This record gives sequence, C-alpha cells and structure tokens, in this order.
Amino acid sequence: MYEFDWSSIPGALPFLWDGMKVSLEITALAVVIGIVWGTLLAMMRLSPIKAVSLFAAGYVNLFRAVPLVMVLLWFFLIVPKALEQLFGLPTGTDMRLTSAMIGFALFEAAYYSEIIRAGIQSVPKGQIGASYALGMTYSQAMRLVVLPQAFRNMVPLLLTQGIILFQDTSLVYVSALADFFGAAYKVGDRDGRLVEMLLFAGLVYFVICFSASQLVKRLQKKYHPA
Amino acid sequence: MNYQWNWGVFLQPSASGDDTYLGWMFAGFKMTITLSLTAWVLALLLGAIVGVLRTVPNKALAGLATAYVELFRNIPLLVQLFIWYFVLPELLPTAIGDAYKQSNPIFQQFLAAMVCLGLFTSARVAEQIRSGINSLPKGQKNAGLALGFTLPQTYRFVMLPMAFRLVVPPLTSEFLNIFKNSAVCSTIGLLELAAQGRQLVDYTAQPYESFIAVTIAYVLINVTVMFLMRKVEHRIAVPGYIGGK
Repeated sequence: MYEFDWSSIPGALPFLWDGMKVSLEITALAVVIGIVWGTLLAMMRLSPIKAVSLFAAGYVNLFRAVPLVMVLLWFFLIVPKALEQLFGLPTGTDMRLTSAMIGFALFEAAYYSEIIRAGIQSVPKGQIGASYALGMTYSQAMRLVVLPQAFRNMVPLLLTQGIILFQDTSLVYVSALADFFGAAYKVGDRDGRLVEMLLFAGLVYFVICFSASQLVKRLQKKYHPA
Repeated sequence: MNYQWNWGVFLQPSASGDDTYLGWMFAGFKMTITLSLTAWVLALLLGAIVGVLRTVPNKALAGLATAYVELFRNIPLLVQLFIWYFVLPELLPTAIGDAYKQSNPIFQQFLAAMVCLGLFTSARVAEQIRSGINSLPKGQKNAGLALGFTLPQTYRFVMLPMAFRLVVPPLTSEFLNIFKNSAVCSTIGLLELAAQGRQLVDYTAQPYESFIAVTIAYVLINVTVMFLMRKVEHRIAVPGYIGGK
C-alpha cells in the first residue's frame, strides 16, 4: 500500500501561496475584462446594425466552439510570434504570459456575453420604449435603465461563472504560467510527492469553490426568494 | 510579414515515415471522437442514476448523490485528470497498481481520460436530470402513487419518460462541452486533436496551418453535434411544451 508523506507541504506553503495569488489575479483580470467586453459584445449582438451583430455572433460562437486549451495555446505559441513579425519587435521581448492571460480573458468574455445577453433580454421591452418616450438616446436607455436591471438579475449567474472561471485558470498550466496548480505540480514533482500535492491541490480548490458556491446560493435566496 | 504559407505540408510524409501529417491530424480527430463518445455514455449512465437519486425522499441516498455532484463540480477538470492519472494507480493495492502501470501507456492514458471526463460530466448531467424531474408538475407523481404504483414504478412509468425527454435540449450543451473538455486530456500525453496540433507545430514548423486546421476541426465537431442534436431535440420534443410540436 502507498505510504503517504505530507511533510513537503508546510515548507512549500509560501510558494503555493504565490501561485494562488497568480490564480486569483488571472481570475480577477478575466472577470473584469470578461464582464466589460462581454457587455459590449452582448449589446453589439442585439444591435440593429447587421454587420455589428454578425461580428459579435461570430466572435462568441467561434470562442464557444473551440476548447480553452486550444485558445491558450494559440495565444501562448502563435500570437506572440505573429505580433513580433508584424511589428518587427526585437525577438527577446517575452509577451507569452501576457498574451496567454489576454487570450484567457477574451475566451471568458464570450461566455459572459451570453449570460449578459440573456439578462438584457429578460428586461421587459416596455422599459426601452419608456426610455425613448422620455427622450433618452439608445445609449442612455441602455446605461441608465436596461443594464442596471439586467445586472441585478444576473448577479448569481455572473458569480457562478466566476467560480467556473477560477477553476478554468488551472488550465494556464499549458502555458507554463505558475498558477496555484502549476506551483503544486512543481513542488510535487521536485520532491517526488506528486500524489500528496495533487490531492492537496484538489482539496484546496474544492474548499474554495464549494464555499464560494454556497455563498452564491445564499445570496440568490436573499435576492430572489423562490 | 514574410511567413511562407504552405498548406501542402499536410500531404507530406510525416516524421514517422508511414503516414502523412494529415494522417496524424486524422488520428487525433478519431481519438477525440472516441474518447468523447465513450465518456459521454459513462456520463449519461452515471448522471441519470445520480440525478434520480437526488430527487428521492430517502435522505441518505439524496445526500450521497448531492455529495457526488458537489465533489465533481468543485474541483477543476485538470486537477481531477491528474488525480486519476497520477494518484489513483498509486493508491490501488500494489499488485493491481503494478499490473496497471505495466500495461500499454496509451491504454492507461485513455482509461484515465475516459473515466475522468465521464465522471466530471456525469455530475453536470445529474444536475440537468434533477431539474428536469423537479420541473414536472407535482400532480404527476401524486397521480402515479394514487393509482397504486410504488415509488419506483412511478419513477419508471410516469416521471422518467417525461423528464428524460424534457432534459434533451439542456444536455446538448453538455454534449458539446465534453468534446471541448477532451482537449484537456492532451496534458497527460494522450494524442488527441489538440496534442496532435502541438506536435504538428514542432514537426512541420508551419504553426499557422497546423493550428488553423485543428481549430477548424473543433468547429466542425461543434457544428455537426449541434446539427444532429437539433434533429434529436425535434423528434423527442414533448407536444404542448415550449419547443414542442
């Protein structure tokens, strides 16, 4: 039978914490970019201008058809080289990590935009009509009337997507970004204690995501008592 | 930009000599499809059982099913995959573990990937099945019981035939997800589509062509599955419901 040896974990905690900070940073960045860019995409998708709505639909459908791993590899391996060649940058500039992070955010924005689009569509049509009747422009109606109501309805879904996104950050493993999972794997590999470190990483993710999802559930009950 | 586009590279004989690079891609494509479909069967079977258990009055069984769903939903897929692949063989009794580790490496990768994807997805399928059962009018269950059916009979003859049909549209998106999630299995060295893409970049030095081809392959899978599922959804829709005939 396998003999567990957890002794390499305490010493590795500062390193793991650094990794966790990277994971949280990527999560925060992707949530912010995802919501901002996702809102714009959702509004573009609902725009009466055909070209604009087609672009948004194409963007969202493309990113939703391709696995996150592929998107990360594109932005880690291909995009930096293409930018170098396009702008004639010196080959030493290492943009791979920034590029991978941006790719991650662009990917998540496609998923956020679908949530936000549904949220916007859940606001009764009369609200826009009323705003126009009051003399508002389209952007005023969106900003002051529709979006505030839409976002209020969407809060639980946006947060749940945030939890999924936090789990997705582990996939930056393919781009050699040292996030929490990458750090745990490195320590386990170095000390020959992969079994313990992987189980520990799983436990940490579980505790964080489970508590977060219970919080979201409670929030949902508070705002939308069934 | 002075990149030399060369789409002909796919027809060149590959480094291993007995195949073309297009053949490599096709091998990866087949692996992605085989892996996703077998994992999907596992996910449907387990998901249906766990989803039903979540709705039964027996507290212990329902609690167990809830624990199952929460466990698989709150750990990232990549971590689960590494646990199946690196950790579990170590925890098996030595004899079995050693026999497993000496088996064909492709078999080991495939088994870990299939079980991992299947169980990961089954938790999501279970949630859909549960909400399908819960969306049925309460009267259906009561009517079944009032007619003298036992609870299992009520499930078998009244509730499940309806719930399974209602749940097909939401399951479509899980079905699409399993193909996309299968790309994660490239991390343990399984040569599916994404892994073949990386390999093509290394061997052909034509990164754009390789990645564009692999990306198109994923889009094709996505479009095909959506098209087929739309047909299934149409055939199976319950008259009288939104989306029904």
